Amino acid sequence: MKPVRRIEAIACPLPIANVDTDQIIPARFMQQPRAAGYGGFLLHGLRFGPDCEPLGLPLDSPERAGARILVARRNFGGGSSREAAVYALMDFGFSCVIAPSFGDIFASNMVNNGLLPARVSEDDAERLLGALDAGLLTLAVDLETQMISGAGEVVGFSVDPVWRLKLLNGWNDLDLTMSHRDEIDAWSTDYLARCPWVLPAAG
Amino acid sequence: MAERPDAEPRTLFDKLWDAHAILTRDDGETLIWVDRHFVHEGSHHAFAMLKAREARVAQPDLTFGIADHYVPTRNRSAGISDEGIRRMVGQLEANCRRHGVHLFGLDDPRQGIVHVVGPEQGLTLPGLVIVCGDSHTSTHGAFGAFAFGIGASEVGHVLSTGTLWQRKPRRMGISVEGKLGPGIGAKDIALSLIARIGADGAQGHAIEYAGSAIRDLSMEGRMTLCNLSIEAGARCGMVAPDETTLRYLRERPYAPKGPQFEAAAAEWLSFQGDAGATFDKEIVLEARDILPTVTWGTSPQDAAPIDAHVPDPAAVPDAARAAHIRDAIAYMGLKPGQPLGDIAIDRVFIGSCTNARIEDLRSAAAILKGRKASVPGLVSPGSSLVKRQAEEEGLDRIFTAAGLEWVESGCSMCVGMNGDLMKPGERSASTTNRNFKGRQGPGSRTHIMSPAMVAAAAVAGRLTDARRYLDGDRS
Repeated sequence: MKPVRRIEAIACPLPIANVDTDQIIPARFMQQPRAAGYGGFLLHGLRFGPDCEPLGLPLDSPERAGARILVARRNFGGGSSREAAVYALMDFGFSCVIAPSFGDIFASNMVNNGLLPARVSEDDAERLLGALDAGLLTLAVDLETQMISGAGEVVGFSVDPVWRLKLLNGWNDLDLTMSHRDEIDAWSTDYLARCPWVLPAAG
Repeated sequence: MAERPDAEPRTLFDKLWDAHAILTRDDGETLIWVDRHFVHEGSHHAFAMLKAREARVAQPDLTFGIADHYVPTRNRSAGISDEGIRRMVGQLEANCRRHGVHLFGLDDPRQGIVHVVGPEQGLTLPGLVIVCGDSHTSTHGAFGAFAFGIGASEVGHVLSTGTLWQRKPRRMGISVEGKLGPGIGAKDIALSLIARIGADGAQGHAIEYAGSAIRDLSMEGRMTLCNLSIEAGARCGMVAPDETTLRYLRERPYAPKGPQFEAAAAEWLSFQGDAGATFDKEIVLEARDILPTVTWGTSPQDAAPIDAHVPDPAAVPDAARAAHIRDAIAYMGLKPGQPLGDIAIDRVFIGSCTNARIEDLRSAAAILKGRKASVPGLVSPGSSLVKRQAEEEGLDRIFTAAGLEWVESGCSMCVGMNGDLMKPGERSASTTNRNFKGRQGPGSRTHIMSPAMVAAAAVAGRLTDARRYLDGDRS
């Protein structure tokens, strides 16, 4: 996974609360293998009308082209566990989402793919959304200092310390787990001997 | 789970957590053991990750495949006509075969929705850690299991190692005391709760449900309640095992049998929170305050009793909430102040991992018996075994006589991946779990409620209080 340190890039406002993962990527697009690219499906129902005509969201405005930072309202990414929601954001070009809170499973999925969930207060989210709405184009998100600059006074953000390290170093859980293989084997042998009912009976 | 006489009192969740912690790092991340892993057609990303590393499934005997998200609900014997869907189901079959994972495939008489089949087969047991790449995995918590949905990378990790890194969530205790009124059930409890605490009200928390109204729920009811925990943003929901749990599990195919069952059962019943264990957050609901509840908006938190009205955003002081209400009622095509009982519907759907078990079908059929639905609708049982049982009880004939379509089991119109979709602008009364924009198809408008309430809406052609149909009058 590519490490994340500082993202200075075009930012895009999405002033909506409870943007669930069904909205981030509608289920009908999820048959595709990842290699097909999921960016075109991002927020499809919000961005396009019934005949696939663009509805003029900032996400599709020419001056926000190449945006890597998305700013949204609370509970971004609640709902379905579909990791395809993260693929859609990443394939569109995003590296960071700033919001007051995130869906639980979604936030884990973000970090597992190197996408930064930057948590800000509701007031700060409104301030950032206001500045972007007023025409501000670029923000800088620094994971080392946990600061967002570019919209007047610097805004602090929180991120779980374990996630922060993982993102800063581009660590992958799997490599770490594999290094504990012997412990896992010893633990599970003992556990299954103590709790034999855990193993499924023959159906 | 060994007793620790001198230790701090622990909640049930604490005990399950401790019993599965292989190791905890200094930063608090804990590697936990996974007892059951369910995979479905959507797990293809994770199998691709495994392939890229040339890895094998670490615990094939604890992993089970179930075809549910994409399966057709009609004319199955003809095979799957849609090429993309055929590929999705075929990929699952091939991946399970390659890795020696047992599959409940399309042609298996036990096929159905993963969160119905797991419990039905006795794969779901008290005290287990259960994961699946589906957010409604919280359902299995009804048995006193720690069960939660995970993303594709985590599915890949569990496939590869049989374990998962987790940070311990905070604990939330929710108790519901007293007796629910007639015609009021687990769905009404869950929607009332989510309306109160919000769609992110339990974010970062593991919920433990307790209280006399929870004890009185059947396993089906507890599954509905735990299923909807994710709609409050919780990591998981659970109910401590009791005699109701044991009664359900005895003689299930994959559960322990005979003396092994009795030995396991004694241990399961010990999975209770200690007296004096504290929660990070506690909520108490009174059963008598819970009424038949429906959603009016585009989030499960947009729920209210059927005798209430669509809220008026102009009367809501919180600007963000008012903006949400304005947007939601515009999408739903409703007016501020409109009585919920005046909302006319176009169709009904009875199905999904939330409310398609036998008890759910019985409660809908009790209202539809001898009556006609005034709108079209689909009934998709939670599993092929539920379907068979319902047919043995004659429920299928009640649904079809009422004018509803009786189809095969799968996720169907809850998520529309198999092509069971609503048309843009259509409005449904649905027993499902999400009224998100476009969930049942682009432009679809979903009102979620209990099976009894959906059946009543089918008869009335609009949202209505199911209790008016509980008695004998069939007019």
